[in-house]
Amino acid sequence: MNYINLIKNGIVKDNPTFVLMLGMCPTLATTTSAMNGMSMGLATMAVLICTNFVISCLKSITPDKVRIPVFIVVIAAFVTVLQLFIKAFLPDIDAALGLFIPLIVVNCIILGRAEAFAAKNSPIASLFDGIGIGLGFTIGLTLLGICREVLGSGSVFGFTLLPETYNILLFVLPPGAFIMLGFLIAIVNKLRS
Amino acid sequence: MKKLESSLLNMVLVLTGVAVVMGGLLALVNHITEGPIADVNKQKLDMGIKNVMCVNELTASEPIEVKQNIDGKEAVFTIYEVKDAQGQDLGAAVESTTMGFGGDLKVLVGFNPEGKILGYTLLQHTETPGLGAKADQWFQKGQKGDIIGKDPKEPLVVSKDGGQVDAITASTITSRAFLKAVNQAYNAYKATPAE
Repeated sequence: MNYINLIKNGIVKDNPTFVLMLGMCPTLATTTSAMNGMSMGLATMAVLICTNFVISCLKSITPDKVRIPVFIVVIAAFVTVLQLFIKAFLPDIDAALGLFIPLIVVNCIILGRAEAFAAKNSPIASLFDGIGIGLGFTIGLTLLGICREVLGSGSVFGFTLLPETYNILLFVLPPGAFIMLGFLIAIVNKLRS
Repeated sequence: MKKLESSLLNMVLVLTGVAVVMGGLLALVNHITEGPIADVNKQKLDMGIKNVMCVNELTASEPIEVKQNIDGKEAVFTIYEVKDAQGQDLGAAVESTTMGFGGDLKVLVGFNPEGKILGYTLLQHTETPGLGAKADQWFQKGQKGDIIGKDPKEPLVVSKDGGQVDAITASTITSRAFLKAVNQAYNAYKATPAE
């Protein structure tokens, strides 16, 4: 198995935001600014890498009928670990994303990759799949965050680009997330084909 | 590798085993991060108190809880009495919570001994980014909705409701909630039993 290919697959062929359409809830909710989107993407990636690896290690001792509960216990544990670390050492990110971190537990990307990839492949391959899918998700969220921030608040990563009179408030609000995501998916799929 | 059979014993053993190991991991991490998290929270509060009292050297008292009856419900306010390095009374910082547009709006307001507003900061809010979330700047000194130095003996009201404070553009509900929090904080401060 070519590990570089696994990472490339996660970003291009199986991009969770633009192709698999998984994890739409955090995608829409946390991308009010580029920074928030990127932090959420990185947090999800950290959890995904750990859970993919551990679940893959456990796959031969996990009876089929209880595999989902086992996966969820592992996922919930790592999300809580991440949440505690963010609270302790990155209070700014905690202020911006606090509410959304626990929700990573039910992010379908994580369970989806556990079921579709980690439960069938070696731990190292699962690790790289986690990195690939995680990067794909981070890129998707950051892109969406940048577009919404430019149009809605006239800035990128907090640096002001446009004066306040040009701001289109709609793009910071929830409907703007759906509209922007639709356009981005259309553009990305056009580029891919 | 062959999978373990899904017999009752196997399932119980594996699930219990995984849960115990993960529980242990969580206990360990909690042990490591407990101290730093408490520090961060305390630092945040200290910074907030210094911020709203507009002084750098101060000693804040232990939190005093004041209960007040508002709209038929009991509301709890936390008050920190503040003295400067020489022990002179500087007033108090009051934590006050109201219902904002998106959820709880928790404000820390600093009052001088005469009851004038020294400063404020938002401790916790879920207002709309770009709209109501502007409240952390909007009511500061020199901004459009400046409330610093005002005395809420006359309750502060937004201009739309006949008051003197300009509401945040397109966020009247947040502005009303914010001013309500400030007014309630003032009442709680005035109701504090004198030492």
